[in-house]
Amino acid sequence: MQPPAEHVHWLFATGFLILGLCLLAEAVVGTEVWRRRAWRAYLWPGLAFTLGLFMWPVMVFFTSSTLHMLAHGAWAEVLMLAGAVELALVRGKLQSRWWSLATSAAFVISGAAFFVHEQNAWLYQRSAFLHHALGWTMLGAAVFPLARSFRPRSQAALAGFALTFVLVAVFLYSDRDTASIFGHISPQAGAPHR
Amino acid sequence: MNAELVSELEVPVQRTGRARFVAALGPLTALAGVVWAILQPYRVTLLHPRGQGFWWLFVEPPLLVIAVGLLFYFVVLPGLLEDLEGHRAAAR
Repeated sequence: MQPPAEHVHWLFATGFLILGLCLLAEAVVGTEVWRRRAWRAYLWPGLAFTLGLFMWPVMVFFTSSTLHMLAHGAWAEVLMLAGAVELALVRGKLQSRWWSLATSAAFVISGAAFFVHEQNAWLYQRSAFLHHALGWTMLGAAVFPLARSFRPRSQAALAGFALTFVLVAVFLYSDRDTASIFGHISPQAGAPHR
Repeated sequence: MNAELVSELEVPVQRTGRARFVAALGPLTALAGVVWAILQPYRVTLLHPRGQGFWWLFVEPPLLVIAVGLLFYFVVLPGLLEDLEGHRAAAR
């Protein structure tokens, strides 16, 4: 009883929305206050790692082409990598602030994976638009973890980082298997859903 | 009644701008979900459940957004406000 692909996107959107809200709260109250309770300190890295784990079955069961499979595999790897590095940073196993560059690299690889596996133009159908939008969002948002490497206490960088996940959640909630985008849909895309 | 206790009861909770902002995150998220459900009622399959499969009834985006807002408000926020107030008191 597999869920339709769009439902999987919506479930991931929910995970990213929780992540975004928690990171936004951390940006507002400050990292020192946020990490006063251990479970909160481990929440973002733990969620990122868990979302990466869940991406593997998505790669196996929900991809319809080699490019899709490779892209979802890349997301699984970089989500787990970013989660693991951040876990080690919170735990104190890693000390150097430059390890935050791993998250920045994860964003760049994620963005590239979106571009590589979308063969159609922006207005082909909604998922094509979302792939392009998500790719540019991830690529542009790589600047936030990069900024955190230089200024770990920067609230602006953390807020931008948090809002990136909220935006990704909005994009993923907007996804439909086949649907128009701003009134456009290619006749080759198939019959749109409601 | 002990006058000291009465004065403690009457002290209004002074929330900082940060506390108010964080406290608003959950309700605003839930409100966004409600507005979405009103604008696109067809995304809420509970309103027309007949003939829908498990996943269409289980995964309903506007309801998920409302659930995230409520989860943040009731699970994450109370401890966070407590810690924020504790931090503020320690800094005084």
